[in-house]
Amino acid sequence: MDAVFNNMDLFWSGFLRSLGICLWGMVGSLILGTFIAACRVSPIPSLRWFGTSWVTLVRNCPLTVVLFFMAFGLPEIGINQSYYVFGVSALVIYTSAFVCEAIRSGINSVSAGQAEAARSIGLTFSQSLTQVVMPQAFRSIVPPLGSVIIAMFKNSAVVGAFGVGGDLWSVYKNLTSAQGYDGLPVITGVAVGYLCITLPAAAFLAYTERKVAIAR
Amino acid sequence: MSNVLYDEPGPKARRRAAIGTVVAAVILLGLTGLAVWRLADRGQFDSELWSPLINPSDDNFVLVWRLLAKGLQATLTAAVLAISLSLVIGTLLGVARMMLGRAGRIPVVAVIELFRGLPVIISIFYVYILVRSTGIDISFLPGSDGLWFLVIGLTLYNSVIIAEIVRAGVNSLPRGQSEAALAVGMTRWKSMKNVELPQAFRTMLPALISQLVVILKDTSLVAVLGLYTELLRRGNLISLNLDNPIQVLFVVGLIFIVINYALSKLAEYVERRLSTRGQSTGVRLNAGAAAA
Repeated sequence: MDAVFNNMDLFWSGFLRSLGICLWGMVGSLILGTFIAACRVSPIPSLRWFGTSWVTLVRNCPLTVVLFFMAFGLPEIGINQSYYVFGVSALVIYTSAFVCEAIRSGINSVSAGQAEAARSIGLTFSQSLTQVVMPQAFRSIVPPLGSVIIAMFKNSAVVGAFGVGGDLWSVYKNLTSAQGYDGLPVITGVAVGYLCITLPAAAFLAYTERKVAIAR
Repeated sequence: MSNVLYDEPGPKARRRAAIGTVVAAVILLGLTGLAVWRLADRGQFDSELWSPLINPSDDNFVLVWRLLAKGLQATLTAAVLAISLSLVIGTLLGVARMMLGRAGRIPVVAVIELFRGLPVIISIFYVYILVRSTGIDISFLPGSDGLWFLVIGLTLYNSVIIAEIVRAGVNSLPRGQSEAALAVGMTRWKSMKNVELPQAFRTMLPALISQLVVILKDTSLVAVLGLYTELLRRGNLISLNLDNPIQVLFVVGLIFIVINYALSKLAEYVERRLSTRGQSTGVRLNAGAAAA
C-alpha cells in the first residue's frame, strides 16, 4: 500500500477534483431537473409533452451514450469544449431526468384535498404552493432525491474514467503508467476515495430521512 | 385536469393555457429548428454519413448492421448473465441478512453497504486489475475475459441491490404468513423457503425487471474502459471507421432506448396486473435504485 501512502498529496488533489465533478453535477442536475419537473406538472400541454419526452428518452439511454454523444458528436458540429465540461454536462443531462421524477412523484404524493382546502380558504396559487403543497411534498421528495444524488456521485466515476484530467482516475493512470506502481493498491486507493464520497452521503441521507419522515 | 397544483380551469385559465401552449411550442420548435439547422449546416444529413446505416444498397450496410447485431448480442449476453448471477447471490445475501443472528449479520451488512457505495465502473475495473495482477486464471469460463470482468463487476453491485429488494419483498408480506408457517410446525428456514420467498418473488417481479434496465445500461460502462466490445464500443469502432459518430451514436442510443422503454413498460404492466390481483403492489426500493 506504499503506492497510496507515499502519494497522499496526489490522491488528495485527485479526490478534490472528483468531488468537484460531483458538486457541479449536483448543482446542475438539481436546477435542470427542477425545471423539467416544472414542465411536467405545468398546465400547458406542450411543456408537459416536452418534459415527458425528455424523461423517457434520457432515462432509457445509458449515461455513457450521452457522454460519447457529447464528446465525439458535438465537435462534429463545431461545438468544442474540454472533456470536463462535456463530462459534467452529460452527467447533468442524465441525472436531470431522475431528479425530475423524484420531484414529480413527491408533488403527486400530496393529496389534492390539501390544495383544494388551501384554495377554498382563499390562498392564492403561490401561497398554496409555498405554504401548503411544497412543505408536504418536500418531505416525500427527500428520500428519492437523495438516492438520485448519491447515484449521481457514483456515476461521476464514469466521467472520471472517460478522462477529464486531475481526478482520481488520472491519479491512477499517473501512478501506474508513468511511475510504474502496481495497479492493485492504487485502484484500491481510488475505490476508497469514491467510498469517502458515497458512504458519508448515504449516512447523511439516512439521517435526513429520519428527520423529515412523516407518517401519512 | 384537476390535480394538487391547479383546479379545473375556467374560461380565463383555458385561454391562458392556450396562449402558453402556443408560445412554448414556438420556443421548442425554434430550438429544434436551430439544432436541425446546425446539423444541416455542418453536413450531418449528408447521405454518405447516413447511408451505411439506412440504405440497404450501400456497400457497408450489411457489414455495419452485422457488427451492430454482434454488439447487441454481446450486450444482452452480459446483461442476462449478470442478472441471473445477481439473482442467485442477491437472494442468498438477502436471506442471510434476515435469518442470521445479530453477530452473523454484521459482515453481510458490511458487504452490502460496501458494494452499494462503490461505483459500478470501479467494481468492473477492480475485477480486471485484481485478475491481472494476481494472475487468477479465468480462462476456464466460457466467453472472453472481458465479458467476465463486466459480468462479475455488474454482479457485485446488482446482487446487493437485489438482496435489498428481496428483503423489502419479504418484509412487505403480512406477518401472518410467517406466523402461520411457524404455527403449522415449519422451521424458520422452511417458512422462508416455502412460504415467504415464493410470495416475495411475485411482488418483486416489477422491481427485478427495472433492475434489468439498469444492468442493460451499465453494460455500456465497459465501453469507457475498453475491456469488452459490446454495443456502444462496437458502435464507437464503426464510427471511427466511417467517420460518422453522430449518426452511429444516434442509432446505438435509439436501440438502447427502445429496449429499455419496452422493459420499463413491461415492468409497469406486471406491476398493474399484480396489484389488481389483490396482492400488495410491487416493491420498489426507490427512484435512486434505477438511477445507478
